[in-house]
Amino acid sequence: MSQQGYVATPPYSQAQPGMGGYPAGFGSTPAQPLYRHYGGPPQSFPAPPTGMMKPVSSPSGMPPPQVPSHYGSNGQQNGAHPQSYPAPPYGQPPQSPYHSMAHQGPPPAQQLTNQMGAMNLGYGPGPMQSPQVPPTSPPTQQPFQTAPPPAMGHSPLGPPPTGPHSSQMAPPQSPLAGPPMAGPQSMGGPPPMGGMGRPFPGPPPPGAGGFQQPGPGAAGPPGHPQQLQGQFGGQMAGPGMAGPGMAGPGMAGPFQGGAAQMAGPPQKKLDPDSIPSTTQVIEDDQAKRGGQVYTTNLRGQVPPLVTTDYTVQDQGNASPRFMRCTTYSFPCTADLAKQCQVPLATIIKPFATVPKNETPMYVVNHGETGPIRCNRCKAYMCPYMQFMDGGRRYQCGFCNCVNEVPPFYFQHLDHMGKRVDFYERPELSLGSYEFAATLDYCKNNKPASPPAYIFMIDVSYANIKSGLVRLVCDELKTLLDNLPREDGAESSMVKVGFVTYNKILHFYNVKSALAQPQMMVVSDTAEMFVPLLDGFLVNFQESRAVINNLLDQIPDMFADTNESETVFAPVIQAGVEALKAAECSGKLFIFHSSIPTAEAPGKLKNRDDKKLINTEKEKTLFQPQKAVYEQLSKDCVSQGCSVDLFLFPSQYVDIATMGDVATHTGGSIFKYSNFQVERDGQHFLSDLRKDVEKAIGFDAIMRVRTSTGFRATDFFGAIHMNNTTDVEMAAVDCDKAVTVEFKHDDTLSEETGALMQCALLYTTISGQRRLRIHNLSLNCSAQLSELYKSCETDALINFFTKSAYRAMLNQPLKTVRENLVNQAAHMLACYRKNCASPSAASQLILPDAMKVFPVYLNSLLKTGPLVGSAELSTDDRAHQRLSTTAMGVEDTQLLLYPRLIPLHNMDVASDVVPTPVRCSEERLTDAGMFLLENGCSLFLWLGQACPPELIQSIFNVPSLAHVPVDLRSLPELDNPQSKKLRSIVDSLLDQRPSSMKLLIVKQKDRSEIMFRQHLVEDKGLHGGASYMDFLCYVHREIRQVLT
Amino acid sequence: MATYQEFIQQNEDRDGVRFSWNLWPSSRLEATRLVVPVSCLFTPLKERPDLPPVQYEPVLCSRANCKAVLNPLCQVDYRAKIWACNFCFQRNPFPPSYAGISDVNQPAELMPQFSTIEYVVQRGPPTPLIFLYVVDTCLEEEDLQALKESLQMSLSLLPPNALVGLITFGRMVQVHELSCEGISKSYVFRGTKELSSKQIQEMLGLTNSAASGHQGRPMAPQDPAVTCRFLQPVHKVDMNLTDLLGELQRDPWPVPQGKRPLRSTGIALSIAVGLLEGTFPNTGARVMMFTGGPPTQGPGMVVGDELKTPIRSWHDITKDNARHLKKATKYYEALANRAAVNGHSIDIYACALDQTGLLEMKCLSNLTGGHIAMGDSFNTSLFKQTFQRVFSKDYNGEFCMAFGGTLEVKTSRELKVSGAIGPCVSLNAKGPCISENEVGVGGTTQWKICSLSPSTTLAMYFEVVNQHNAPIPQGGRGAVQFVTQYQHSNTQKRIRVTTVARNWADAQSQIQHIESSFDQEASAVVMARLGVFRAESEEGPDVLRWLDRQLIRLCQKFGQFNKDDPTSFKLSESLSLYPQFMFHLRRSPFLQVFNNSPDECSYYRHHFVRQDLTQSLIMIQPILYSYSFHGPPEPVLLDSGSILPDRILLMDTFFQLVIYHGETIAQWRKAGYQEQPEYENFKHLLIAPLDDAQEILQNRFPMPRYIDTEHGGSQARFLLSKVNPSQTHNNLYSWGQETGAPILTDDVSLQVFMDHLKKLAVSSAA
Repeated sequence: MSQQGYVATPPYSQAQPGMGGYPAGFGSTPAQPLYRHYGGPPQSFPAPPTGMMKPVSSPSGMPPPQVPSHYGSNGQQNGAHPQSYPAPPYGQPPQSPYHSMAHQGPPPAQQLTNQMGAMNLGYGPGPMQSPQVPPTSPPTQQPFQTAPPPAMGHSPLGPPPTGPHSSQMAPPQSPLAGPPMAGPQSMGGPPPMGGMGRPFPGPPPPGAGGFQQPGPGAAGPPGHPQQLQGQFGGQMAGPGMAGPGMAGPGMAGPFQGGAAQMAGPPQKKLDPDSIPSTTQVIEDDQAKRGGQVYTTNLRGQVPPLVTTDYTVQDQGNASPRFMRCTTYSFPCTADLAKQCQVPLATIIKPFATVPKNETPMYVVNHGETGPIRCNRCKAYMCPYMQFMDGGRRYQCGFCNCVNEVPPFYFQHLDHMGKRVDFYERPELSLGSYEFAATLDYCKNNKPASPPAYIFMIDVSYANIKSGLVRLVCDELKTLLDNLPREDGAESSMVKVGFVTYNKILHFYNVKSALAQPQMMVVSDTAEMFVPLLDGFLVNFQESRAVINNLLDQIPDMFADTNESETVFAPVIQAGVEALKAAECSGKLFIFHSSIPTAEAPGKLKNRDDKKLINTEKEKTLFQPQKAVYEQLSKDCVSQGCSVDLFLFPSQYVDIATMGDVATHTGGSIFKYSNFQVERDGQHFLSDLRKDVEKAIGFDAIMRVRTSTGFRATDFFGAIHMNNTTDVEMAAVDCDKAVTVEFKHDDTLSEETGALMQCALLYTTISGQRRLRIHNLSLNCSAQLSELYKSCETDALINFFTKSAYRAMLNQPLKTVRENLVNQAAHMLACYRKNCASPSAASQLILPDAMKVFPVYLNSLLKTGPLVGSAELSTDDRAHQRLSTTAMGVEDTQLLLYPRLIPLHNMDVASDVVPTPVRCSEERLTDAGMFLLENGCSLFLWLGQACPPELIQSIFNVPSLAHVPVDLRSLPELDNPQSKKLRSIVDSLLDQRPSSMKLLIVKQKDRSEIMFRQHLVEDKGLHGGASYMDFLCYVHREIRQVLT
Repeated sequence: MATYQEFIQQNEDRDGVRFSWNLWPSSRLEATRLVVPVSCLFTPLKERPDLPPVQYEPVLCSRANCKAVLNPLCQVDYRAKIWACNFCFQRNPFPPSYAGISDVNQPAELMPQFSTIEYVVQRGPPTPLIFLYVVDTCLEEEDLQALKESLQMSLSLLPPNALVGLITFGRMVQVHELSCEGISKSYVFRGTKELSSKQIQEMLGLTNSAASGHQGRPMAPQDPAVTCRFLQPVHKVDMNLTDLLGELQRDPWPVPQGKRPLRSTGIALSIAVGLLEGTFPNTGARVMMFTGGPPTQGPGMVVGDELKTPIRSWHDITKDNARHLKKATKYYEALANRAAVNGHSIDIYACALDQTGLLEMKCLSNLTGGHIAMGDSFNTSLFKQTFQRVFSKDYNGEFCMAFGGTLEVKTSRELKVSGAIGPCVSLNAKGPCISENEVGVGGTTQWKICSLSPSTTLAMYFEVVNQHNAPIPQGGRGAVQFVTQYQHSNTQKRIRVTTVARNWADAQSQIQHIESSFDQEASAVVMARLGVFRAESEEGPDVLRWLDRQLIRLCQKFGQFNKDDPTSFKLSESLSLYPQFMFHLRRSPFLQVFNNSPDECSYYRHHFVRQDLTQSLIMIQPILYSYSFHGPPEPVLLDSGSILPDRILLMDTFFQLVIYHGETIAQWRKAGYQEQPEYENFKHLLIAPLDDAQEILQNRFPMPRYIDTEHGGSQARFLLSKVNPSQTHNNLYSWGQETGAPILTDDVSLQVFMDHLKKLAVSSAA
């Protein structure tokens, strides 16, 4: 992620100087080497391919010009607030000097190293990025390299705002398409792997096309170059100076100012554009690596950013979609790890959705013998097993135990010591694959049965009155046709059941043989049980008539209810019991309205106390209330019962407690405050649809095995742990991730690296028991610079978020916040101390790979859970806290740095989404229209001076004043603007795990507050520093550490 | 004067009362010396087609602790319009409505022929009858189907305004809501968790209205018929209910190999009781429980679900090996008492090949006046017809069942009441006429009989308390008044008052008179009931010894003999049959557990303590008719000597009806002679007992087991076990061989029994 960015641009704009400036720039991390390298090419640009090649072949050969320029050329003051700046011309955010440098057509990964080497760190080129392509696969690489050049060509244009990013998807640029196509094939070049390689060729070159921004590029260039020049020039001139932000290894510049500030007013204001920009980093990575094929054949290879579009080809390591690490180079010793304080963690999303053009998961079936495992550590057969002794034995890559190869599995080795069937066996050649599990892996040694979905609807007064019950019932009639099914299966094997409840529970017998459904009431909520066996969980197709009959009746049956009390724990208990009785796993969909006050286990009382905020006891607001729920979670997990909670509260419902079970069982919590059908119905229904339809595995148990020297010590996610190693998940779907932290046991060797294997035993949607294996190999290094170079900010912030949100249960928020900043400061200080070239203490130097880490961290500190403001509802805070527990890297990234997409000058002809701008008020323009989304909320912001024509075309009303703010969806108008906007919104909604409600916000309206709190670079509405201030703060902390 | 036989018969016909003595000894001492206590069998609702009820309130004695009802024995001063209570001698003015009475214008209750009179009174709103079906679903498919059909059929027999309810149970208990359209609803309860009545009502949502009456509004007494969704008028829900029964499935929970199905009988009953308790207290209601096996879980469980542990046998019980017996019995007793307090009765229809736990559950019916029917399967005519007969109607087309009865007994001063034995519970009503000497259920003057039929008969025991030195004037009469309040099946509240009187006699001077006033049939039954009552709590042999001692003492008292000369022993006609009754009683299943399971014993005893005199006698000593070419059918001795090859025998033991074809007859029948026109008389002979059996079957409740067997048939054992074994393998040759069939038994025969009795009676040592 980090490295690519800005490097490229300079070359174009200003070959030499730019180059010079950059490298120093942000982090001395890998990035720089890249462009260094890159920098080289620019000159040779005319012949891109060759240029590219060069670096590859002789990575270290090109020492980049070493120009440590400093960041923060502007010498801004700390005090300066972004607001004070004149808003930059709207459409051109990227033009900021910073940007300009930032963007560039990212060269292939390999190049990076050189630069690095050259850079401050001065360490050898090769290690991390595997610059030197392994001998075996040169052909593979080639194609790639060819591909980029064109991109490069464009890249100058690239930086410009609009379009480029999403362009990958655009098929039009066929020229590019060609090469990429070729690429994959050749990659597959080595002995063809079964069908594995195939899928690629098929689809149009999505990835490959990525670069072709030629079109837009043309438009873009004008502005940028100059800027760059300007900046760089300056930079160059005064390396240590405030000049170019990019310059030095760090962002020294601004902070100088900061420092100065303390001393006295600094020279100039700090230009907000000069501080590292997330959007720019994203854009750059997209430009550099977007649309490419990312081959996982190298150890410790840093993948593209989560925001980048790329295609993965599995060649022995799990796709970053499944596993993404905070760093791809582990420190060799515990001391080093301790010294740098960079958390070593992996975020595992075992069921991540893979794009259609990537190879689906292979299933290996060894029949009755089951998967082959190491006798000692029980690791599963994987590419890290070394075959020896003519193929008769193999050595486990994790524990080094030498095992016999079972006779049926024997195969001869070729002259390289590789098994002859290497490419025929996914478990030998792939990073991710599945084993069919045998009965030994099943509960009670009985074959698993297909899971069941139980819909549990609160029919108390509130839900009846809001119309929710009718809405759900109507929806279910069609929704149940879309239950998830096994690939290729004709219909879903998932069984369904229905429960309604208020303070008692009603179960329904919907056996297909019945003329009408039967309701069974259980009032004994103290000891819940399931009143029926046969007919409760049924196949929807078979019982459709009865179920529809039932769904028709439910709203009417309770239409006159005046029962307002509800129970909750017994409802979950009932679900668990039902699954237990049916001997299957499954998921509960609970549609609940209010805090459960009825006399029953798990009864809750209102304990929302704003007075606790900012006190030692604030944490109690987030701690679940009762032991009942803890036991319930255990029961759920042991039965493989996941709980998805849809809440429709009108007041405090104690989400901290109610959500407890869901967050321990791989479930999700959806919340619709003051639900009204007209307003929130669609939003809720799309959430429900997504939730019901998504890919999911049940009754899962995950184990992360590691090679000797380190081990998994901590786990974060919607999981349950009975012991320290087994991660139990009642269910795990395509959006759920587990963050795993590692600690050293011993010294790691640079030679063998760090291997990890995540094995997930689960039940498929059709009731088969499977083992999903993800393998990942990382580098190890005794040099911290290696580590910093291969850090992954998005993964880091994911880890920080989860660990902070967990810590807040036990520590005062203040401590949590301080710890976060402290650790960050330590990480950065350590870098400064050990990896950066000497420079003035007043200079803030950030590792390139972490250069936007502060903005994320600051955003994290400003999130509801951590901010500690009485203006936020406790439930909202708890909800956000809980819903983060299972988030993957993509989701936390988006949450902490929302996309702010300018719409007023979008190119309606193109089908790419306009490039987002930085999340700051300054980026807004009165005459603009912006879309902001963070995965949870979606705002359409209308500037006061928004052109009426645009308003007219989008809303079909004459002026801004006429735009109804309670609009929940955009009118469908037949004009390019409307179509474009709607397609953008649709595509966003489509990408996110949950649906977002569209809120229309007019500038200066009261509702703008909600919108503004997502502008994470600004000062927080409920407290929290602006990005700029925070950077100063961090800088101060770093200096403190250093002294 | 008529003979005592006629007197007794007349009294029984008019008042439904049979006393053991029809002259009462005038002192306590003498009374105890008579051995058989002054007691009676009283049939409160004896059918009196000739007795139209009067439509006004009875006139009560005004003394607070008397409240006797005006009756023909009272002295009336027509002029002063005053009557004297014949129990407490209080003088009471007539109420104003009686202003017009005179000796020629008497109200019915003063006429001698109205010693039994029935009043229809207005007390509160009429409440419909309630029938709550409690159905076991752990049945074989075929059984369940048959049961469902029977239940559906029964709906048509119920009075249209009766309320019905349905509870089904298996592993869980379901209370079905009956008034719903489109969807059938039921409330489900765990079968293992005991709930208080209040919890049950809360869980059924029956207290909601009360809870929501928080606006400070006093809880209005709502019409429970409207509020209770579980009990609905038949005419409204019969379609629903028929469908519901039709869709009733077997308990779906899997029963693993080697296990019994889990049957939550205990909870099902407690919910039934709780439901009625909450909704219709003190209203006539019948819980009808149909079960096909023993309760296997939860409170009231009788046996675990492991098939390898068999259900308790007598052997286990005597060895104190019946794990669940005491707990379960206690549980059901508590339930029975709750039901009884509220006037609800519980029937048990148990059909299974093995035992179903009647021993533990019997009190449910015994204490509440409910029925117990026992059979092998619901798919038998025995069950079907028995069940159908529950709903039989009387000559007025009204149901032969009454509810919520209370029986109050008043006695004149010289007499006190010791207790009652029958399907009743004590109401613990204190009064002046309670004897300290408790017999049966005593210590009260009032008993509750939750359900009554015209044949329900109680044995009442009295004590003469008059001291020896305070003689009663000559011609004095002792009186007893029975006041039975009940809810008629047509929902009317009625009070039936029976007032009877008997002369006092000085036992020293008038012993002959007393002796001839002895009603040996009634005495046999009341003594038998005492014996059965004791057998419930005492060891079998102790009871037999007690019975024997009583018999010997009676023989000593009334027999004529020379000391130590057994051959000289004679009993007068009025006592002559008594020893024989005792002989058969000793052999009956009521006192002998051999060959009968605990359940069977409970079943037999249940019926024995509630049937009227005639039926009870049949039970003690079965009736045997003989059919032959030699003449019309004739009753013959219940003796092995009556079993002859050329006879057809018809034996009625109340529980069984056995037709036994003698050896020759059986051969003829096998040869098919009855088909040949020339042997039409044989055909007639074969048909005759069948016709007679049909006649008995017509009226018997419960349906007897009908057995058609022949010489050497396995079912012949029913006959052989009943007859007096006058010929056995032991004395076979000494008795000559041309008559009778030898019985292979070591039981003593009547002859031996009588010989011993004589010996003991005349023995001066005794």
